[in-house]
Amino acid sequence: MTTAAAVPGTQSGKAKPATMAQALGRALRDSMAEDPSVHVLGEDVGTLGGVFRITDGLAKEFGDDRCTDTPLAEAGILGAAVGMAMYGLRPVVEMQFDAFAYPAFEQLISHVAKMRNRTRGAMPLPITVRVPYGGGIGGVEHHSDSSEAYYMATPGLHVVTPATVDDAYGLLRASIASDDPVIFLEPKRLYWSKAAWSPEAPAPVEPIGRAVVRRSGRSATLITYGPSLPVCLEAAEAAVAEGWDLEVVDLRSLVPFDDETVAASVRRTGRAVVVHESSGFGGPGGEIAARVTERCFHHLEAPVLRVAGFDIPYPAPMLERHHLPGVDRVLDAVARLQWEADS
Amino acid sequence: MTVQELPGAAAYRPTPPPAWKPLTDPAPLLPDAEPYRVLGTDAAADADPALLLRLYTELVRGRRYNAQATALTKQGRLAVYPSSTGQEACEIAAALVLEEQDWLFPSYRDTLAAVARGLDPVEALTLLRGDRHTGYDPREHRIAPLCTPLATQLPHAVGLAHAARLKGDDVVALAMVGDGGTSEGDFHEALNFAAVWRAPVVFFVQNNGFAISVPLAKQTAAPSLAHKAIGYGMPGRLVDGNDAAAVHQVLGEAVSRARRGEGPTLVEAVTYRMEAHTNADDATRYRVDSEVEAWRAHDPIRLMERELTGRGLLDEGGIVAAKEAADVMAAGLRERMNADPVLDPMSLFTHVYAEQTEQLREQAARLRVELDAEHDQHDDDPEERR
Repeated sequence: MTTAAAVPGTQSGKAKPATMAQALGRALRDSMAEDPSVHVLGEDVGTLGGVFRITDGLAKEFGDDRCTDTPLAEAGILGAAVGMAMYGLRPVVEMQFDAFAYPAFEQLISHVAKMRNRTRGAMPLPITVRVPYGGGIGGVEHHSDSSEAYYMATPGLHVVTPATVDDAYGLLRASIASDDPVIFLEPKRLYWSKAAWSPEAPAPVEPIGRAVVRRSGRSATLITYGPSLPVCLEAAEAAVAEGWDLEVVDLRSLVPFDDETVAASVRRTGRAVVVHESSGFGGPGGEIAARVTERCFHHLEAPVLRVAGFDIPYPAPMLERHHLPGVDRVLDAVARLQWEADS
Repeated sequence: MTVQELPGAAAYRPTPPPAWKPLTDPAPLLPDAEPYRVLGTDAAADADPALLLRLYTELVRGRRYNAQATALTKQGRLAVYPSSTGQEACEIAAALVLEEQDWLFPSYRDTLAAVARGLDPVEALTLLRGDRHTGYDPREHRIAPLCTPLATQLPHAVGLAHAARLKGDDVVALAMVGDGGTSEGDFHEALNFAAVWRAPVVFFVQNNGFAISVPLAKQTAAPSLAHKAIGYGMPGRLVDGNDAAAVHQVLGEAVSRARRGEGPTLVEAVTYRMEAHTNADDATRYRVDSEVEAWRAHDPIRLMERELTGRGLLDEGGIVAAKEAADVMAAGLRERMNADPVLDPMSLFTHVYAEQTEQLREQAARLRVELDAEHDQHDDDPEERR
């Protein structure tokens, strides 16, 4: 199976290494080229190309009207995107950092998530909100939040997060093409992760909502997504020495949730650990563990465990390594899955 | 030790910064000191008699609509109704100033504007009746859903107007907000975006004196709400909100300006909410009768009636005819609102996503079982069968 060294991702022999950032940029470019109603807007997305350079070159290729530097105001950016979508455009909004998106929450929750429902289907809003999220890049406060639980708790939104270069491209294309609003969470510490990837022949664009087994195994399932996928793959390799053959499921989409793939895996292995870096209390892991328990209770050999960030405000960069779930913490949870022996 | 005493301080000569000048000359953006008036002034001579009569008919109809809707709350047919009695001139002018292709972005108090724009009076009330959030297709009427959160519809108006202009369409968006809404962040962000983008938008503030119970003096320290425009680089206009001809003229100029590509305008109409915030509110706790009576003397319908009768454009017969037409509308509304809406509980799941998720399919199946069980129970109940 896959090795821990490289995040899996691809493809034909002629493919060259590409970063996730490049694949995301390419997805934006291809979407804009294909559909004139796709507009990119946000702070610094034009001339600068975004602080992570994801939108680099778009303003030059498509003009300021298609890739627009907006005033610095997240509610205004998303609120304007609502109006643009009401008139038939497909806005792709960039929220510069996870915690910068909070001023836009009222627009998101009261309007973006509900407009289709409020208007009984007459006015869907095909908006993609790109949010670079998560820690591990040494950012100062307000630059490393994992905000997925807030989005997941809002009906009407899709919540998607790629962990591979392939998925970065394919899922962003699918999100922009979706007639529903999508929160597209970009794990910023994987922006520079590389995989062999060919812009000429990218992996097929998959529908949103399907999880994928990244590593097959028999003794337990690690359920994860986004920035924690490489951690889990590395832990799975390390666990071999301990006699554990771990399966790793990459959710890719938190809403809708792929119960089928997850439950099928846990029924095979009988044990599960959910791994993510956002806080555990009230976090995605609780929901996922409950869903797994409801579906797989009679197959479970041990309780579903969670390995998550601590229930603290995101720490200062010099301490973040203690907060983020690493390989050792995952392995420790795996060891605790020997429930029968202990109890 | 002072700065002058620092070693080397005497030799220091500051370099002047590069020349700076304001981006925009602020003078033309400032509102007039007094709200602009037409009725009862010389300006009325220039007003189109047909327009004045149309405004009058709609004012009377609007007043009757407000009364009927308020009555419906007392009969339990409406969950709530925020009356715009006293503010009809603003509502009607906002609706009549727009062309067919233009868009109206109303707040929750602006049902009347939506109806005056041509919306079915019953469809306009579904939000307040409680059966549906929006009773109409916004694209069909170019009326955004009545917006309950304050000022959040303003950036939508900006985005829509901006998108229309990018597509080369001749569309103006008129966005309505109350005095309280001007304190919200979305108000600020929307005006700023609109001005920077030169979007064809008109922001229309109905300053009715109170945000529920909080008076304007506790809402803002600005000389007027129209003065806020200058900070964004757009003109602010102040108008008598009870003078339908004046509101129509000022909004009309703002709409024309937007249509010409000259950007947004902020219009503040000074008016008064004659009734409570909603039927659930007790206005006697925060305002005195004498204030209400003073505004009653400045009633929008009386102002228009006085103008029209004074100029021989309206007589007693015309007044009665307008009233009767309004009564017919109200009777129709009453009758249709007294019919119980038929709602399908399964529709709870139909418009959450374009394609239903597996999770929602499961939940829909559960509700179906509950509904079937309810149905069977009723079948077994002899009382129900009879």
